Amino acid sequence: MNRREVLKLGSLAGAMSLAGVSMRAWAQDKSPIKVGILHSLSGTMAISETSLKDVALMTIDEINRSGGVLGRKIAPVVVDPASNWPLFAERARQLLTQDKVAAVFGCWTSVSRKSVLPVFEELNGLLFYPVQYEGEEMSRNVFYTGAAPNQQAIPAVEYLLSQEGGGAKRIFLLGTDYVYPRTTNRILRAFLLSKGIKESDIEEVYTPFGHSDYQTIVANIKRFAQGGKTAVVSTINGDSNVPFYKELGNQGLKASDVPVIAFSVGEEELRGIDTKPLVGHLAAWNYFMSVRNPTNDKFKKQWAEWAKSQKLPGADKAVTNDPMEATYVGLHMWKQAVEKAGSTDVDKVRAAMIGQKFVAPSGFTLTMDGNHHLHKPVMIGEVRADGQFNVVWRTKGPIRAQPWSPYIEGNKGKPDVVSLHEDLRARVA
Amino acid sequence: MRIPALRWLVCGLLCWHAGAAALTAEDLQALAGDDYASKEQALGALATDPDPRAAALLQALSDGDAAVDAAGRIIIGSGAASADTLAGMPVSEGEAAAAEPIMLNNRLRSLVERGIAARRLFDQDLAQRRAAAEALLANPDARFRPLVERARMTEADPDIKSRLDALWAMSALNDPDPEVQLAAIDLVVARRQPELRDLLRPLAEPSGGHETDARVRAAARAGIASLDRWQWWGDLAATLFSGLSLGSVLLLAALGLAITYGLIGVINMAHGEFLMLGAYATYVVQQAVQRYAPGWFDWYPLLSVPAAFAVAALAGLLIERLVLRHLYGRPLETLLTTFGLSLLMIQAVRMIFGAQNVQVANPGWMTGGIAILPGLILPYNRLIILAFSLAVVALAWAVLNRTRLGLFVRAVTQNRDMAACVGVKTRKVDSYAFGFGAGVAGLGGCALAQIGNVGPDLGQGYIIDSFMAVVLGGVGQLAGTVVGALGLGMASKLIEPFWGAVLAKIAVLVLIVLFIQKRPQGIFALKGRSAEA
Repeated sequence: MNRREVLKLGSLAGAMSLAGVSMRAWAQDKSPIKVGILHSLSGTMAISETSLKDVALMTIDEINRSGGVLGRKIAPVVVDPASNWPLFAERARQLLTQDKVAAVFGCWTSVSRKSVLPVFEELNGLLFYPVQYEGEEMSRNVFYTGAAPNQQAIPAVEYLLSQEGGGAKRIFLLGTDYVYPRTTNRILRAFLLSKGIKESDIEEVYTPFGHSDYQTIVANIKRFAQGGKTAVVSTINGDSNVPFYKELGNQGLKASDVPVIAFSVGEEELRGIDTKPLVGHLAAWNYFMSVRNPTNDKFKKQWAEWAKSQKLPGADKAVTNDPMEATYVGLHMWKQAVEKAGSTDVDKVRAAMIGQKFVAPSGFTLTMDGNHHLHKPVMIGEVRADGQFNVVWRTKGPIRAQPWSPYIEGNKGKPDVVSLHEDLRARVA
Repeated sequence: MRIPALRWLVCGLLCWHAGAAALTAEDLQALAGDDYASKEQALGALATDPDPRAAALLQALSDGDAAVDAAGRIIIGSGAASADTLAGMPVSEGEAAAAEPIMLNNRLRSLVERGIAARRLFDQDLAQRRAAAEALLANPDARFRPLVERARMTEADPDIKSRLDALWAMSALNDPDPEVQLAAIDLVVARRQPELRDLLRPLAEPSGGHETDARVRAAARAGIASLDRWQWWGDLAATLFSGLSLGSVLLLAALGLAITYGLIGVINMAHGEFLMLGAYATYVVQQAVQRYAPGWFDWYPLLSVPAAFAVAALAGLLIERLVLRHLYGRPLETLLTTFGLSLLMIQAVRMIFGAQNVQVANPGWMTGGIAILPGLILPYNRLIILAFSLAVVALAWAVLNRTRLGLFVRAVTQNRDMAACVGVKTRKVDSYAFGFGAGVAGLGGCALAQIGNVGPDLGQGYIIDSFMAVVLGGVGQLAGTVVGALGLGMASKLIEPFWGAVLAKIAVLVLIVLFIQKRPQGIFALKGRSAEA
């Protein structure tokens, strides 16, 4: 092949590819699809939320490298609402109106979700919420990829009451003072009463956000435990967990005497704690990093490599946790739904989301239900000395979410799925 | 407590059945299974099995080194040291790696620990025996009753004997012989552990209960009353200590501010960030020690104290030199500027260390606590911080009252112009004093790192409390800050048991507002001319 021929071939190829590009450009938009990421990167919730931002970026990068969505790349728009609840609403509005994002992945605390909810409903945006929460909500503008109470809190307490979990007779409900712990504890109280636990054997205590002095509370737990086998259900959120567990350890309250089950403490939170005094305490989630299956191995490897390549702080000890998995699943499901709908239009994507399936790192195939919640497996893990969890109990398969808990009065007869006629209208349009 | 106690009563002697039989594959089969109840039963039998292989397996289970392979063999040890429990034959590394680890939950693990402890009751080493008795006492279990009774007969050490006696007493409370019961009640009460009240309660029930002997009932009632008294004293001591401890934390946080705001008069909104710098300096020292001298890790706080002081003091000096000195006499601008500086410092730290909290580990000698009364444990880290805060107060007091710099600072505080007239370089004094105040704040941050979170926002959580302590105590007085901080700590902790943490915080704020209304100058007021300045 001589030089002239090479040139000819080259220019031919060039011309063809140019034509191809212009033809496709004519056929469809090639500009990147914007997606918003709304997680606190500073403030008391940064301990939990920062890694969600990073895992979202990793997943977007993964999707982009495998060809993007509808042949378009995804462009993340990262904003920092700084653990400041009103700022969440402001940033959400900015994402939807100025950046015109197709979907938003974000929020951790329920109070932040509650503050952005009116914005998403007003502007008909799409929020993927990746954290376990208290239920009592089913918005057509939100997909909940975390657990509802019957997928986390209730099985966890059932475990504590069982012989296997220690046969607790008294329950100490301890939480940060905001909507998630308050509602969860209301549900749990009703559940415990239905299980024959007396009012006097349930204690409910709240602390402010960022509380750091747990001396009195740990002393109270000790005293409460004198009245019978006690377990603590902790809905403490954010970095208050560190002083709480430190105090537990220092006052000599061991997991074998009074186990603490936490709903907001995962592998990521344990990175900031000296885990020795915590060994044996419990956490209930729908995924643990220590779960053994090929999907999880791949997920963990991908995350470790991403953390290293992005030089994230503590990348050498990168860990995955449940909300990270939920973020990962949410992004992939959104991608599948967009491809099914053939558009990023919110109403079309919403309709296409229902029934999406995804093989999650938890080792189960998760399905998006008509109630905008995922079917999820429930697992209970015990803290190991290395900051990981031993799964000591799990459900046989994924269970369906009940966002309207039957243990709260007035929930009977509430619609079980997001009202269909809205979606039908969207599908017809 | 209640469950193991019941088990004592119910199981009694029945559990000493595995006795002479050697360990067999059937005994261990359930360990590999999923059924919880049979797993517990198998472990219970294992725990009391005298076979030495059982001891090895228990140890391996406790260490997390036991696994079961596809053929149902239980393999203990890891890597090249793996062996089949029953046959005692070594197992190849590949086979060991393929085996599924046996997971134990809390209950089973504590059963395993008790099994290990029970074996040590007959150890030659005194400390081992004491630890074993302590472990059994923490979780009384009827399975080990025969072992305990045997050990009680032979034990010579009075301390261990008393523990074994208590263990025996817990099981003998329901003995048919009233004399034995009375002796048991005495022994149980002598433990002074309020949680044992639950064991006595059934005995104290009025004549309708299952206890028929009136003497036993009376003794049990007296025992409960005595335990209640101990509980009351324990509670009181615990509340006072936690108040003192919270007060000392507030004091450490506020002391630097007492100097920069109280004495020099700079409304220093960046005070919290000096605390934060001190905490991060502690973190950096910790990392450095861990990296270059891991053997000395337990003593890193000794290095981090001067480092925290130096870093914060330098930052303070720099800020005073570059910014604040141009703003003296303009409180509003100072307020805004220091607020801006605090945001700058937070962001700078966030960029260097990341937004995530960093982990500052307590050294070994600061974890755990000392039991003053049964049920009242004073954590070492809080005791050390209490002592440290007193040391810092002493340091600040000594610098202000016993050094030339302190003399100048006080002179400048009281009358700047007059001090300048007699040749005090007021500008320089301002710089040093501010640097010293910032350094003291750094010391506070170093201590706070041991009990709380270390993150860029650390200071934000303390700034309000610090101002409250200083204002409540009286601006311009070190003693005022001490009293203010300790008083705030006490007040919150005295209110918290009744109203909870959220309301306690609000109540304390309301009390302060009322107090300041009544006495705007704080608890200790400056007297004389400087009071108006």
